[in-house]
Amino acid sequence: MQVKINGKSEEVQGATVLDLLKAKNIDPHMVAVELNHTILERDHLGTAHVKDGDHLEFLFYMGGGR
Amino acid sequence: MNFTDEQVTRYSRHILLPEVGGKGQKKIAQSKILIVGAGGLGSPAAFYLAAAGAGTIGLIDSDLVDLSNLQRQVIHQTPDVGRPKVLSAKEKIEAINPDVKVLTYEDRLVAKNALELIRAYDVVIDGVDNFPAKFLINDACFFAEKPLVHGGILRFDGRVTTIIPKKSACYRCVFKTPPPPGLVASCQEAGVIGVLAGIIGTLQATEALKLVLGIGRPLTDRMLDFDARRTTFREIKTKRNPNCPLCGSHPTITELFDHEPEVCDLKQVEA
Ligand SMILES: [Zn+2]
Repeated sequence: MQVKINGKSEEVQGATVLDLLKAKNIDPHMVAVELNHTILERDHLGTAHVKDGDHLEFLFYMGGGR
Repeated sequence: MNFTDEQVTRYSRHILLPEVGGKGQKKIAQSKILIVGAGGLGSPAAFYLAAAGAGTIGLIDSDLVDLSNLQRQVIHQTPDVGRPKVLSAKEKIEAINPDVKVLTYEDRLVAKNALELIRAYDVVIDGVDNFPAKFLINDACFFAEKPLVHGGILRFDGRVTTIIPKKSACYRCVFKTPPPPGLVASCQEAGVIGVLAGIIGTLQATEALKLVLGIGRPLTDRMLDFDARRTTFREIKTKRNPNCPLCGSHPTITELFDHEPEVCDLKQVEA
């Protein structure tokens, strides 16, 4: 299925957001995830289903400043 | 207050702007802006806010200038190495513009001092380099109901967002808690391309000035991410999260507290 991740269209496989993160080797604790513009609770990543045309944002922590 | 002839000349390029004018310049002259961290982001923000004629600039930082800071913390210069950052920055601000009153706090922002300090200002700029402090600033601005201009830089990436407490998404609406220690690089060891501090810090100053002037559209409910490798900006829409532990409908954070300080471990960061 085709989804948009961080603005880019991608062909992905997997049923849930957690599957997509795993496929990309992203530790769920490193990101906040928006599914169709709504923040997902981290506990729900494994139950949040992804479907064709969904928009995902993987927001990484960015901590520096000095 | 009335401007002297010299001030009218100094600020003429602002006063010429219909959106600013003499009235707006007076708002700037009466504004009080707190910059937390006199480092990478704080440097350009302080420079431009000073040049703009901000009435009061508060600077809080407990560090001394280190040689490794000079690659990006442009308000500090080679002879400043070893001196308190707030003093070094104060001197530069006063040299740019003696109209600006500079208040310095050679201290760390912690739960104990944050509210009282922040309450004395109109706008807060986040220029700190660690998550415990970033979350503390977010929380303190929420409790004090002060607008916050958040910034972050890491490697080749930067991020800015403006938070108006109770009106727009806060930092915890997106990132509930700091990341587990060691998982996400945030410390100085991770490295950062120096000029990013200039890009993100000046964007923060722009946001602060807009808030003071009450013009334009603030960078609220959106995060602006900058990628220096590709020179692209990307805007990510955010919104208030009903499950936010701070500003959501059933908050679990009801008073200010300090998160555990980060452990800076280069090996973990590189792993
Ligand atoms: Zn919130």
